[in-house]
Amino acid sequence: MIRLRINGLDACVEEGSTLLEAARFLGLPIPTLCHMDGLSPYGACRLCLVEIGTGAQARLVSSCTYPAEEGLTVRTASSRVLRARRMILELLLASCPQSKTIQDLASAHGIRQQRFRQEHEDCILCGRCVRMCQEQMMAKAIGFRGRGGDRSIGTPFDVTSEVCRQCGGCLYVCPACQLRCTSAQPEEAICGGCANLTPPCIEKDRFDDLMCSLTPCVACEIARES
Amino acid sequence: MTRAAAASTSLDAPPQVDVDRQQILRILTKHRQGRGTLVAVLQDIQARYGYLPEQALRAVADETGRPLVDVYGLATFYRCFTLQPRGKHLISACLGTACHVRGAPRIVKEFQHQLGIQAGETTADRQFTLETVNCLGACALGPVVVIDGHYFSKVRKSRVRQLLEEALTGFDKADAAQAERTFPIDVSCPRCNHSLMDEDFPIDGRPSIRCTVSFDRLHGWLRLSSLYGSSSISAEHEIPPQTVVSFFCPHCHAQLVGRSVCAACEAPMVPMLVRGGGTVQVCSRRGCPSRDLEVS
Repeated sequence: MIRLRINGLDACVEEGSTLLEAARFLGLPIPTLCHMDGLSPYGACRLCLVEIGTGAQARLVSSCTYPAEEGLTVRTASSRVLRARRMILELLLASCPQSKTIQDLASAHGIRQQRFRQEHEDCILCGRCVRMCQEQMMAKAIGFRGRGGDRSIGTPFDVTSEVCRQCGGCLYVCPACQLRCTSAQPEEAICGGCANLTPPCIEKDRFDDLMCSLTPCVACEIARES
Repeated sequence: MTRAAAASTSLDAPPQVDVDRQQILRILTKHRQGRGTLVAVLQDIQARYGYLPEQALRAVADETGRPLVDVYGLATFYRCFTLQPRGKHLISACLGTACHVRGAPRIVKEFQHQLGIQAGETTADRQFTLETVNCLGACALGPVVVIDGHYFSKVRKSRVRQLLEEALTGFDKADAAQAERTFPIDVSCPRCNHSLMDEDFPIDGRPSIRCTVSFDRLHGWLRLSSLYGSSSISAEHEIPPQTVVSFFCPHCHAQLVGRSVCAACEAPMVPMLVRGGGTVQVCSRRGCPSRDLEVS
């Protein structure tokens, strides 16, 4: 067992677990995008940044790939972490403003400005679909192609792969295309609509069976406790 | 020489090269199969075909059992690999910072105008491929342009046309006369150690190297330039391009054949002793520029 300190709390986790797992074990929320249970850690989105070490040695690492070390001091929500996380979200929002997943995360982190030109890409290159295809579906039909600004995800030679079984797993896990944010206007990058909504579960008659977008949903939590 | 009329911006149907699966297998067995050797395999395939044909990549994936997506990802990741057939002459124009401030974009624009293609494309007659690179490491000499491995420094817009014309005729011929990078060598037969130099038949102003050659049941003399770096030859019978020729010593009549093969085309290399110590090997394929000098 490894002892470490997260946000001032002493934690004891199994050897080989990551900082993300340790923090989640303690119930500390860390937002993630490219991380998914059942897939190998990748560390592409950098959203799960935490600060480790003290004083001048303190640095930001991605908690989903960093293994828990004996005696490590971790801060999951220091001002430096939050600032970096907001910047990353703003950049992600600039590349993919139509993704509801990213819009929700931006709302949750109080992002009220957009300083970058919007690209309206369909992909943030988080690699979830690639790992899903390879590790869960055992297909290896899609992968990364090219480099730098030309990097993209797809099949070799842009033709339907022979090993693809059309399972749809890649679509299912994609944070950019699984849910579309319909409110994001080209000129107004930040939607924020979901954050300002009353939870649909409270006003059932108005929203019918719309999915609740709030995590955690205050109303649901109250209902569960009572 | 504006080639705009002859060129098209898109290549609808690039001529497909027939990929010999045996050739791919030979390359694969040369590099023992493993994760670390894939780059070397692809480099050899590109050296053989000039680009990476789709069939070849599929064959590599089949034979090594690696997913095609990995092979494709690697082939598209590195700049040195190309999936499109390239032209006969490759023009790399530097667009690094130093070259950029010295006017490289104007040079690239002039090349594009002269060739009628955009950067990264190949002319319709498959003579030229124009590509831009980010730094060639000769920043003080910018703008730098590399054509077929020859570096040109401080290129002016007015020189572009002349460079293209020189590329068509071949820099090797123009070079041998005055370039300092070529130097004369004296060679002898590795078996009988008789000198192969022929002072009565100068090539490039120097005594030539005399051998006897045979190919396609033809037998005759061949004289090579003794300037290392020059490709000038003179032969009794016209040797068709791409023919692999057998070389013999004119004194002891032993065949000049070594153990190594050409890295570019896999034809046998012809060894000769260099006066002063060392060996020089030249590729036995007509038109292949491979040569290798080892000084001991």
